[in-house]
Amino acid sequence: MHYGKKIRNSQRMALLAGTAALSLLLAACGNQGNSGKNTPVERSTAPPAVVDPATAGSVFGVVRLDGPAPPARKIIMSGDSACTAANQEPPTSQEVVTDAQGNLANVVIYVKGGIGNFSFAIPKAPVEMNQQGCMYVPHVAAVMAGQTVVFHNADKTTHNIHPQPKNNPAWNRSQSPGAPAIEESFSREEIAIPVMCNVHPWMRSYLAVFNHPYFAVSGAGGAFEIRNLSPGNYTLEAWHEKYGTLSQPLIVSAKQAVRVSFVFQAAAGTGR
Amino acid sequence: MSSAYHPGLHRFSLVLLACTFLLLIAGALVTSNDAALAVPDWPLSYGTLTPPMVGGIFYEHSHRVIAAGIGFLTIILAVWTWLAESRRWVRWLALAALGAVILQGVLGGLTVLLNLHYGMPIAHACLAQIFFGAVMGMALFTSRWWISDQPSVPDSGSPSIHSFALFNAATVFLQVILGAGFRHKSIPIWPHILGAFLVAATVTWTALTLRHRFGNVREMKLARILINSVFGVQFLLGIAAWASRLVTADAPQPMPAMVALTVIHTVTGALTFACSLLVVMLCYRLVPRSSEAAMVSTRTEAAIS
Repeated sequence: MHYGKKIRNSQRMALLAGTAALSLLLAACGNQGNSGKNTPVERSTAPPAVVDPATAGSVFGVVRLDGPAPPARKIIMSGDSACTAANQEPPTSQEVVTDAQGNLANVVIYVKGGIGNFSFAIPKAPVEMNQQGCMYVPHVAAVMAGQTVVFHNADKTTHNIHPQPKNNPAWNRSQSPGAPAIEESFSREEIAIPVMCNVHPWMRSYLAVFNHPYFAVSGAGGAFEIRNLSPGNYTLEAWHEKYGTLSQPLIVSAKQAVRVSFVFQAAAGTGR
Repeated sequence: MSSAYHPGLHRFSLVLLACTFLLLIAGALVTSNDAALAVPDWPLSYGTLTPPMVGGIFYEHSHRVIAAGIGFLTIILAVWTWLAESRRWVRWLALAALGAVILQGVLGGLTVLLNLHYGMPIAHACLAQIFFGAVMGMALFTSRWWISDQPSVPDSGSPSIHSFALFNAATVFLQVILGAGFRHKSIPIWPHILGAFLVAATVTWTALTLRHRFGNVREMKLARILINSVFGVQFLLGIAAWASRLVTADAPQPMPAMVALTVIHTVTGALTFACSLLVVMLCYRLVPRSSEAAMVSTRTEAAIS
């Protein structure tokens, strides 16, 4: 009898301990969504890069899609009347955006190799990411590690901003209509982080994070430019969310503006 | 079976079973609509009990509300069973169901707070099925059929039908884990496909054994037909759900056909697991285990001599 009581007491203690552990775990997780802030950029021991403006060159060009772009699919926003009201016509998917000549927008072009082991100053100006008409604007953006990204909500509905990184801490924060802007940063290089809104599952953007400033995102005409490159041999890469990556060698001579082009094959698209 | 039949408790268990099935649908809708993190906080939703019910918030918050209701019903079931039921193991099962639903709530919260990491969504999905099985057990064990005397059916085969049924249920549950792993993007599709063929083999093997050994036992016949039918439908649904994923892979959002098929596939998976548990329960109810049969035989011999 006494032994049985002892067993019951120990079971009770185990239950209490388990409950307390779970409570602590929950408390540690917080209850207001979780932020990726307080993840300072990893300090580099590399010497700061010095670029001589007298010799610095640049690279510019156009990204094209060879072959017909897939038809732009209309987005069904019927789950939220504020989203349908914010758009006169249903918006289309931003996955593949080309102009009449097949020039491809939303491609991240960046120097992948040849920069050497240098550290670079983080730009003080933030990169702005808006939620407008229940779409992320811009669809693709690029930042330096540690650079601030400011998220705005211009819509009359609630969004949640949910990046899904593989190399950075994940976070998920809600933003009601009229709520203050949310400022976050990413501490490690990653190409590219999908940013979702789970309230509106069609909302998806990409943020590319670099340890250096030599990157650009192609605009509506597929054009891009990367400036202030020291003369040298590099590898230039282009990343697209559907078509993957393309690489090519790049030689920059003193004061030279090098023209390059990237051509993605439409048939190579595999979807996400 | 010496326990008294409590029709109210049995009916209440059936109501809870039906509500739990609704909860499974609500949970599957959350995943299929990519809405699990539409509400970033927990246990409240956007700091309130009444968030704006738009987009993904509708699915996630509805799931939480239904789950809270199920939790409340399970508390009633546990207290009622503890007060009315004389079988100690049934009382403990009711308490275990309550423990499972509380743990399930905590896992749901952790799924949100830990951003779907650390296998939380998989654990949440699998425990849901265990809870569903436990509530089904409560509904069966409190039924008039279970409590009333049933003719004992001897099993002369080897391995025993209990072993077959348990192995089958364990294989189906393994497939549940693999399915949840794929659905929550932790593993590729091929282990789940492999699992489907493994389950096809164990279900067929179990059904054939049931037919061979207990072909004239009505309950066994019904259970055999049930698990075969449900698994057959589930197998076809799996193919359809996968095809719908492939066809809509380039769509900018979860498309209704994909959502419908993956939700139906998920809840039919829960039904398949429940059916496999039902076969186990029926075997233990109707077929004496070898040790029990030996004991009965010894007693009979002793009585004759």
